[in-house]
Amino acid sequence: MVTANLVEEVAVNLLRLAVIELPRDVKEALRKAYNEEESEAGKTQLEAILKNVELAEKTRKPICQDTGTIIFYIKAGAETEGLDKIPQALRNATVRATREVPLRPNAVDPFLQKNSGDNTGRFIPYINWEITSGDTLEITALPKGGGSENVSAVGMLVPGHGVKGLKKFVIDAVMRAGAKPCPPNIIGVGVGGGADIAIKLAKQALLRPLDQPNPNEDIARLEKELYEAANMTGIGPMGLGGKCTVLGVNIEYAHRHPASYPAAVAFQCWAARRATARIHADGRVEYLTHTFGGK
Amino acid sequence: MAVYKLRTPISEEEIRKLRVNDVLYISGTIVTARDQAHRRALELHKQGKPLPINLEGLAVFHCGPLMGKEGEKWVIVSAGPTTSTRMEVFEDEFIEKFKVRVIIGKGGMGTRTTEAMKKYGAVYGAFTGGAGVIAAQAVKNIKGVEWFDLGMPEALWILEVEEFGPLTVAIDSHGNNLFEEVKKRVELNKQNIYQTLGLQL
Repeated sequence: MVTANLVEEVAVNLLRLAVIELPRDVKEALRKAYNEEESEAGKTQLEAILKNVELAEKTRKPICQDTGTIIFYIKAGAETEGLDKIPQALRNATVRATREVPLRPNAVDPFLQKNSGDNTGRFIPYINWEITSGDTLEITALPKGGGSENVSAVGMLVPGHGVKGLKKFVIDAVMRAGAKPCPPNIIGVGVGGGADIAIKLAKQALLRPLDQPNPNEDIARLEKELYEAANMTGIGPMGLGGKCTVLGVNIEYAHRHPASYPAAVAFQCWAARRATARIHADGRVEYLTHTFGGK
Repeated sequence: MAVYKLRTPISEEEIRKLRVNDVLYISGTIVTARDQAHRRALELHKQGKPLPINLEGLAVFHCGPLMGKEGEKWVIVSAGPTTSTRMEVFEDEFIEKFKVRVIIGKGGMGTRTTEAMKKYGAVYGAFTGGAGVIAAQAVKNIKGVEWFDLGMPEALWILEVEEFGPLTVAIDSHGNNLFEEVKKRVELNKQNIYQTLGLQL
């Protein structure tokens, strides 16, 4: 059975895995970037990044001191029991992980400027819900760093400019962000819906593994085109110059209003931390992004 | 590109030798300070009050470290740099008033800081963003923490370090700014990129 205790336990494990160990696809992309980088300063940065990734795994310490704002994505089977207990379980997990991993306390009251000290607060951890059929529960933890979040962009583009306008918006956002979001980055692009929907989709796009292009071939081609263009900018690793500015571009979309062309760009730093697990109705747990407990 | 290993307190003469693209390792004392700590330090100075530590010749690290406790003792867990541009509004005055010689961070800083570094003799050392474990490994001892009321990330952590680096000298004391050079190159690449994407809006 999917109990609140089990959800809490799995969520603590996910937060720990996420902040200590990068998903397989990200590690592979970083190694590829290191092999392809030609600039000396850029190569020094990627070398330090790879060394840091290895050291974090070995010492079981968080890759980066900014262990992010804690965000969860839940795909809940409609037949799962005890869905109403999940928010509290995730909150408990966040408090526990903050103490046990540890995570840096990153939840600050925007009016009082007071840090809650345990990564929880109003709406934090933030939970994105999706109801699916069946009785399994899929939980993704996305501890999202602040440096990359600060260069997020949203724009209401000119519908008449179409995809060209979108391309310009995305590449301009990358060039404007420069060194700030800790490149090489993963770029999430959200298009359509409305301003809020575009931003939501852009962030959700960051969850898709780098080796999975958009299933729509035209969009997959656009992802590749923007990836190549971003790597022509010369920003390079940590903005010190070079060819590896992004590790990938993922696009998600919704249909738009005839008068609007909302577009959003979410940036993920090279420390692209996320971890996903599936809890089955019988209480069996599968970790999908990481090896856990020898599985 | 040369490699320098300096120990704090660092003199102006030593700092003037460094040029952009050089690699620097620091041993001695470095102090973390982010937005709130910069603001408080300058306010105290304005009121004629002393800081809890004399920063002359030391390195200031733009970092909100992740600290843990072993019993009563603080231990450093992960301590990579934070984005330096947020401190741009404070840094020129900070360098002038407190005579720090090295600013460590990520992402680079602007013209105000570059000018102050030229005038008073300081450099900006870029540390790989996110490389929090490498940074923590160079910290040998937590000498103290001040202003803990600002919260763990914003407090002033006084760290004893051994060969902290590699830092890429990205702003030197001669007016050179590597990040600005990269920005200029990006600007030059812009038209070519637009053309590749078929953008003639």
